Amino acid sequence: MESITVVIESLPYLLQGTLVTLRIVALALALGLCMGLPLAVAQVYGSLFLQRIVKGYVWIFRGLPNLVLLFLFFFGIFPSLGIDASAFFTAVVVLGLRSAAYQSQIFRGSILSLGEGQMLAARSLGMSKIQAVTWIILPQAIRLALPGWSNEYPILLTDSSVTYAIGVLEILTRANLVVSRTYQPMPIFLTCAIIFILLNYGGMRLLHFVENKLRIPGYGNGE
Amino acid sequence: MESWGKAMNSLLFIQQDVLPALLEGLVMTVKLIIASIPFGLATGTCVALGRIYGNKPISFLCKLYVIFFKGTPLLILLFMLYFGLPSFGIALSPFTASVLGFVLCNGAYNSEYIRGAIQSVKGGQLIAAQALGMTRRQAIWNIILPQALRRAIPGCSNEMIYLIKYSSLAYMLTYIELTGAGKIVAARSFRYTLVFTVVGIMYLIMVSFASWLLSLLEKKLYIPGWSQHR
Amino acid sequence: MMSDKTENVILRVENIHKTYGGIEVLKGISFSVKKGETKVFIGPSGTGKSTLLRCINQLTIPDSGQIWLHGEEVTHSKKNINLFRQKMGMVFQNFYLFDHLTALRNVEIALIKVKGMDKKTAREKAMQELERVGMAAFTDHYPSQLSGGQAQRVSIARALAMDPDVMLFDEPTSALDPELIGEVLEVMRDLAKAGMTMLVVTHEMGFACSVANEIMFMEEGKILESGSPETLLNTPQYERTRQFLRKLMDLYGELGKSNE
Repeated sequence: MESITVVIESLPYLLQGTLVTLRIVALALALGLCMGLPLAVAQVYGSLFLQRIVKGYVWIFRGLPNLVLLFLFFFGIFPSLGIDASAFFTAVVVLGLRSAAYQSQIFRGSILSLGEGQMLAARSLGMSKIQAVTWIILPQAIRLALPGWSNEYPILLTDSSVTYAIGVLEILTRANLVVSRTYQPMPIFLTCAIIFILLNYGGMRLLHFVENKLRIPGYGNGE
Repeated sequence: MESWGKAMNSLLFIQQDVLPALLEGLVMTVKLIIASIPFGLATGTCVALGRIYGNKPISFLCKLYVIFFKGTPLLILLFMLYFGLPSFGIALSPFTASVLGFVLCNGAYNSEYIRGAIQSVKGGQLIAAQALGMTRRQAIWNIILPQALRRAIPGCSNEMIYLIKYSSLAYMLTYIELTGAGKIVAARSFRYTLVFTVVGIMYLIMVSFASWLLSLLEKKLYIPGWSQHR
Repeated sequence: MMSDKTENVILRVENIHKTYGGIEVLKGISFSVKKGETKVFIGPSGTGKSTLLRCINQLTIPDSGQIWLHGEEVTHSKKNINLFRQKMGMVFQNFYLFDHLTALRNVEIALIKVKGMDKKTAREKAMQELERVGMAAFTDHYPSQLSGGQAQRVSIARALAMDPDVMLFDEPTSALDPELIGEVLEVMRDLAKAGMTMLVVTHEMGFACSVANEIMFMEEGKILESGSPETLLNTPQYERTRQFLRKLMDLYGELGKSNE
């Protein structure tokens, strides 16, 4: 059938888009981690003022649609700041900032689930708050957060397709280009869907593997 | 003085040019949401029920449904429905295609929450109901579902909030809802930051309002001493 | 103050008040502890005994009152509280071992991070302390792999490794199964014999009577009565004291006979 040949021919082109997608997801996850962790620590251990700021940030970046954020930054904020941002850069920044908001709440939850005992013990030994957070709280909280954190991967994966709207050359954009050339929308889009499902599955398997490697015997089963 | 004048200028601009267009878009967004939510819940419930209580083929189909519609990005799904279906002779309007896409996707996520909730209802409930003479169907409808749906409220509320946000994707199918309206006004006037800030505020209001409503609902449906089962 | 040092007073507590949620939990507690002394606090639950201990190392800040360690004021000190905490070891009812670290690492970590010891010295010291509490064979075990008694002994080693001047024990055996209490009390007895200054909050009357220099009976936020074990048992000042001690002995077996 014609559609199958079309699919096979365009596969390399689409798969190149996969690399772009994965790069966006990886960078956004990393940005989300770098920001989300400090935000969580600030929200749990910071002053009331700091807590309010974090809450405000989370409210904004969790409440706004991806599309609106992408448009806002790409057409509005970056140009008005004089930054000549590429679509890829904007995509990573926006998705990263959003992920940071969600990740901060995941980490906050896992920090709180440790209970006050760990902090008390650390401080009773003479550790400062910073030392206690760095060496005692975070190593545990991060491990506890892994299952919830892994969920960010499929979410970012799906969100990456929305970056089509500002022209990032990821899978969907390429698919549309192929469709406009070949007039075979259904097979092409179906192929995209399958690619995403596979990326999803593969990624989650990898994350589970990492989770198991980082596991501490008997940990996480209560006290 | 000059910045004051600029500010006033902006405010007037908002009032006269931006808001009317945005409000129209807002109405379109609300239409999308109102159409999608009930069907999304219904779909989720059916798929969850099919997966747990259905026979092997049905259960398998439901599992496939979830894998496909959770794993496929919503935008791709929307494109499939709007641009793909016509080659099979089905031409959907932007509105219909959008709602259909939302329902299918939302339904998949809902079904996972509802499935978890059904499984968390103690097994004894079903047996007890049947011992009283209820058929399986009656037991599920009258005993299991009311409990499960309550338990699924937090998760499904979450999904509803996502729905409000993802409704913006309908713009990509040329359905001019709030985001689309914003893009048009902004493109006309080149005042992207301002317009999209207003759009953003409107979404934040919608999301906050919905969250508030949903937490009210949760409180109203709350049964004392209930949540710490298992 | 000069008199503290000359009298060998390590810890002095004066007029500590603390209110929690509208209830005054500590209503003016004062006492002092000399080097090598063991003071045991007993009393009904909720009378602020744990709060008192936590006020001493400032994990809880008292509303008013003062605390001196070696003649230096702790409560309103400009000095970093962390330095004081290094000198006061604390053992918690729920052990609070660091769950992501092995027993050895639990004992080491404060030595490395807080005292700045190099890894080799810290490890040696940690091994020493673990041996002292009888846990040398469990260095690679994680907290979840230890029994309650073992975990508590590790937490004692962890506190001891910092070479504190005072050890604060907050109901160290209350969360343990009965068979495991003995091993912990034995460690504590040995500590007291070796001359450690200790403040212990506990229900274990046998331990109190055999080890304490002074027993402080607390009720409703005040120290109702204090004195040597013999005095409190035989000639207490208040009937309430006698009642409470009676109750404890009924529950925990006669003095000295339990935990042997």
